[in-house]
Amino acid sequence: MIWNETMECMSRDKMRQVQSERLKKTVERVYHNCEPYRKRMQEQGVSPADIRTLDDIVKLPFTSKKDLRDFYPFGLLSSPMSEIVRLQASSGTTGKPIVVGYTRNDLAIWGEVGARCFTAYGLGKQDVVQVSYGYGLFTGGLGAHCAVETIGGTVIPMSSGNTEKQIMLMHDFGAVGLACTPSYALYLADAMKDSGYSREEFKLKIGAFGAEPWTEGMRKELEEKLGIKAYDIYGLTEIIGPGVGHECAFQNGTHLHEDHFFPEIVNPETGEPMAPGEYGELVFSTITKDGMPLLRFRTRDLTRLIYEPCECGRTTVRMDRILGRCDDMLIIRGVNVFPSQVESVICELPELEPHYFINVDRINNLDTFEVLVEVKEEFYTDEVSKLLDLRKRIVHRLQSVIGLSPDVKLVEPRSIERSQGKAKRVNDKRKFK
Amino acid sequence: MLIKQLSVFLENKKGRFTEIASILGAANINMTAFTVAENSDFGILRMIVSDPEKARSVLKENRYAVNVTDVVCVECPNQPGSLAKIMSVITGADIFIEYMYAFSTGEKALVILRPNDLTKTLTVLQDNQVGLVKACDLLKH
Repeated sequence: MIWNETMECMSRDKMRQVQSERLKKTVERVYHNCEPYRKRMQEQGVSPADIRTLDDIVKLPFTSKKDLRDFYPFGLLSSPMSEIVRLQASSGTTGKPIVVGYTRNDLAIWGEVGARCFTAYGLGKQDVVQVSYGYGLFTGGLGAHCAVETIGGTVIPMSSGNTEKQIMLMHDFGAVGLACTPSYALYLADAMKDSGYSREEFKLKIGAFGAEPWTEGMRKELEEKLGIKAYDIYGLTEIIGPGVGHECAFQNGTHLHEDHFFPEIVNPETGEPMAPGEYGELVFSTITKDGMPLLRFRTRDLTRLIYEPCECGRTTVRMDRILGRCDDMLIIRGVNVFPSQVESVICELPELEPHYFINVDRINNLDTFEVLVEVKEEFYTDEVSKLLDLRKRIVHRLQSVIGLSPDVKLVEPRSIERSQGKAKRVNDKRKFK
Repeated sequence: MLIKQLSVFLENKKGRFTEIASILGAANINMTAFTVAENSDFGILRMIVSDPEKARSVLKENRYAVNVTDVVCVECPNQPGSLAKIMSVITGADIFIEYMYAFSTGEKALVILRPNDLTKTLTVLQDNQVGLVKACDLLKH
């Protein structure tokens, strides 16, 4: 099902026209209403008159996460506070959070894009949806809430936590959809099993999971454990929250709502645009928001865009799987390597624990690339040759995924540091001057 | 007639064997024989100890990867040619030895074998009157 066929199935040419018009209006708006943007455009010698078509977007300055911190809390608003009806914020890992202000119109846009997502997942006005994202400053809860209300479904505004009650109400209210983070969904899956209800007593069919990265392996696990179809919902607080994009039934990339959030792919180092279809850093310009429109916001996420129409009938551009964050990328012997690639190989080999550590160094002007892995206890054997075979297979898999052959070291159980929060998995000892 | 051998995965790092010896010593476990199979970055320490079960659990508590493998121990006179005799019996039965290690004490030599077929090895050795050492006797040596 498609919520807004006019916009979601528009021809590419027509879409570019719409985007050009909307971009021009947004540039006018920020130039006249937001001092930091006006100053930056003046510094770069660009005025709104220079932006005539979408191609002129390259003349505009970028916005970074740091800008949002520097102009905390309201410096980047393009509407007076009297027009702002809602504030949301993302939990900053360090210092001040990132704050976003929404006008009434912005909230309507949020509802519209959210409705496109939930409709694509197969949910509609007859369905009860349990929203188990946290409610509050975090955009997850209220974003999904507003999406379900817009499609006319019935929201159970559960928020996160209180797992027993989650299960009871999911059962008693007959929830068909569940919206939460994939990790919480896994937690709920185990709780459902322990609840004493059999799976047949639940009506649950569809999961809308997002707000954190998850892999195909995790999707399979969720679908099996919960007996549902699991879809990704994509979003960033800075842009609007969940609803920037969604998967369709074909699950072949994430459809972006590009009539509201215009995506570009740029070279993460130079900021130059990449050719269509090439990998680079994802950049969004919001082209319909009033409260806090952002020009060319650098997400630091690395992916590529697919412009071919999708089998589902939508023509909106699709984002490929996110390879990783620019900040995590290593260049080893000239090859771009993402720790996430190493992780995907480690996780698919049944003999290995899902922990690894990457050491990079430069010895005699040659980059060294070492990956430490732990073998699962039951696979440590008495035979050297079997362990050497296993090591060979790991090297081979990594070589075929990364295009670079690492030194793989099997290490003793539990010798790789476990961490609760963001794990440090790379040590790059090279000194660049 | 089978003897329990412990295999411990070790990274090639300074002090690993010292630590294992201390752990076993503190648990009052005696090592009768050991050998290390090594390559450039890890080794497998194989050993026969006085109390394999206890040794396994104390090493596991200390987060070592420990494997228990069955091996055969044969006894032969500490004289030229005696090992060759035993080996021809084994080879004659088409048995392949994955690894072996030996130690001699005075009159006797003891050889620990890890064949690809344990049952067959025991049978042919017994049929050919080769002296097999039991775990309990091994500790007396």
